[in-house]
Amino acid sequence: MSLTTAHSVVAPSATSKLVAGTIIVAYALISIVPLLWIFATSFKTPPDSIAYPPKIVFQPSLEGYCNLFSTRTRQTPEYINSLGPATGLCDETVRKRNMVIAGPSNFMPRFVNSLIIAFGSTFCAVFLGTLSAYGFSRFKVPLADDLLFFILSTRMMPPIAVAIPIYLMYRELGLSDTALGMILLYTAVNVSLAVWLLKGFIDEIPREYEEAAMIDGYTRLQAFWRTVLPQATTGIAATAIFCLIFAWNEYAFAALLTSGTAQTAPPFIPTIIGEGGQDWPAVAAGTTIFLVPILVFTILLRKQLLRGITFGAVRK
Amino acid sequence: MTEAGLTMLNRTADSVARATPERLARKVRGISDKGLAWLFISPTILLLLAINIFPLFWAIYLSFTNYRANRPNEVVRNVGLANYKRILGDQDIWIAMQTTAHFVFWTILLQTLIGFTLAWLIDRKFRGHAFWTTIILVPMMLSPAVVGNFWRFLYEPQIGLFAYAISFVSGIPATQIGMLSNVSLAPWSIVIVDTWMWTPYVMLICLAGLRSIPEYIYEAAEVDRASNWRQFWSITLPMALPFIMLAVLFRGIENFKMFDMVNLLTGGGPGSTTEVASITLKRQAFESWRTGYSSAFAIILFVAVFGLANIYVKALNKVKQR
Repeated sequence: MSLTTAHSVVAPSATSKLVAGTIIVAYALISIVPLLWIFATSFKTPPDSIAYPPKIVFQPSLEGYCNLFSTRTRQTPEYINSLGPATGLCDETVRKRNMVIAGPSNFMPRFVNSLIIAFGSTFCAVFLGTLSAYGFSRFKVPLADDLLFFILSTRMMPPIAVAIPIYLMYRELGLSDTALGMILLYTAVNVSLAVWLLKGFIDEIPREYEEAAMIDGYTRLQAFWRTVLPQATTGIAATAIFCLIFAWNEYAFAALLTSGTAQTAPPFIPTIIGEGGQDWPAVAAGTTIFLVPILVFTILLRKQLLRGITFGAVRK
Repeated sequence: MTEAGLTMLNRTADSVARATPERLARKVRGISDKGLAWLFISPTILLLLAINIFPLFWAIYLSFTNYRANRPNEVVRNVGLANYKRILGDQDIWIAMQTTAHFVFWTILLQTLIGFTLAWLIDRKFRGHAFWTTIILVPMMLSPAVVGNFWRFLYEPQIGLFAYAISFVSGIPATQIGMLSNVSLAPWSIVIVDTWMWTPYVMLICLAGLRSIPEYIYEAAEVDRASNWRQFWSITLPMALPFIMLAVLFRGIENFKMFDMVNLLTGGGPGSTTEVASITLKRQAFESWRTGYSSAFAIILFVAVFGLANIYVKALNKVKQR
């Protein structure tokens, strides 16, 4: 057997493993370069970031992060010298470029908006999704298949097509540029995915447990709360991550429906500009800070994510 | 079932056993199953009706009018099918549809080829494959808008890393590689970024497909002395095909409505060479403020996606049944 199966899929040979491994590692390394470049650029000074040829080795600087969090004004050297000593690292860095910090930038409020809207909408979508998924999984709902298809089909609409009437509706209701409006919208977009994913997870939990609980005197609601929910936690976590990633990364609705108070980070980051064009180290710094939460989630929860993605694929 | 699942079950069983029966209380507090079903499902349906379906019907109504959102006080006139007729005769719309088709075709072709190859290689389960798979997955988790914006920097003709790497390999001066300014290169710039981001997604679904093929089929093929080549074409590919088709469906729908990455990377430019359908829609709706006209275009796009997806799902089910 070992002779004929030397390079079959049943038992991949050492050579084929080596070749496969080499190609995969090469692909992974190349595909990660843009991210490493974002990270590296965030620690460059503006002149270093636009040097030719692109600098791989450079003196790290926090100027990008200083510029990200502050707004600055240009001043004469005489004025800067007349000021007292620099009060912090950023103050010092900025003064070297003949600038003075004028105040905080909008990045922090935009980042906080992203947090509120992403977590708020994820909570609502998972909450509603769990209830509906349980309903569809356990009860005979009239037209269940049609309703489930209707729920899914709402995801096929192009975001801009949805944005036109939503824009008008929110203008009438006073919901435009509010966190509440964005949470409602993201909840509606995410709930369809949540229902489908969670229905699959809840279908897998045997009905016998709730039935046993109900024979012992629990109401249906108590049985749901005490026996189904604890067993569905993995599924709920996986679903929550998917909803969170969508809401965190969403751009089209945010760009069209928010402009000020409720604007999230994705439409804000591209608007960061310095003197004479885009301030790439500051953009890279903003991008880095924005990507970190998702990177951490991806690495910590990769098993659930893998299951969620493939699972969703098999279900639909 | 996993061990954690088992202990969880035991614990649930314990707490269930310890609970005292309260039949009377149950009768008072208990809601009928039917009532509970509607209580659980209706909030979702109501939300979708309010945020998805009502706006859709509003958009259908607007598509028959000459309404402009920047002139709310003007009298709205019913124009019948005029908007639809104008769209179908509009040269720019057809060019946008062609750009979209080009984008969808090439991204799906590249993503399927690369994604399936990667999945096929990872399925060899070499040492450390789980770690490298996670690394490969990273691009698809990131915001297309924020990362697409940064690709503008990578594509800069002289200072950008991409142009530098290409000129290093090909010898063409880096100043001449204007991915975003050159009319013939710009459509490829969005294809490259989309392929970079979403190949991992196709790879994952293909991997699920490859892992669903039972081992014994290969063993039987070995007994019959089928060559590896033969095994690949008669077992691996046909059995993974429904999964590949599913990946194509998901990416097809997503890329047909692609907006965020393209909007930030090229904004539809130079000229309108990368103006995919969603960008045209945004320009008509939120820059020219032709709300009625763009609503009609949105409806046409929605019907197109919905129709194509339905035809495709029928074909997919046929393949599955084989």
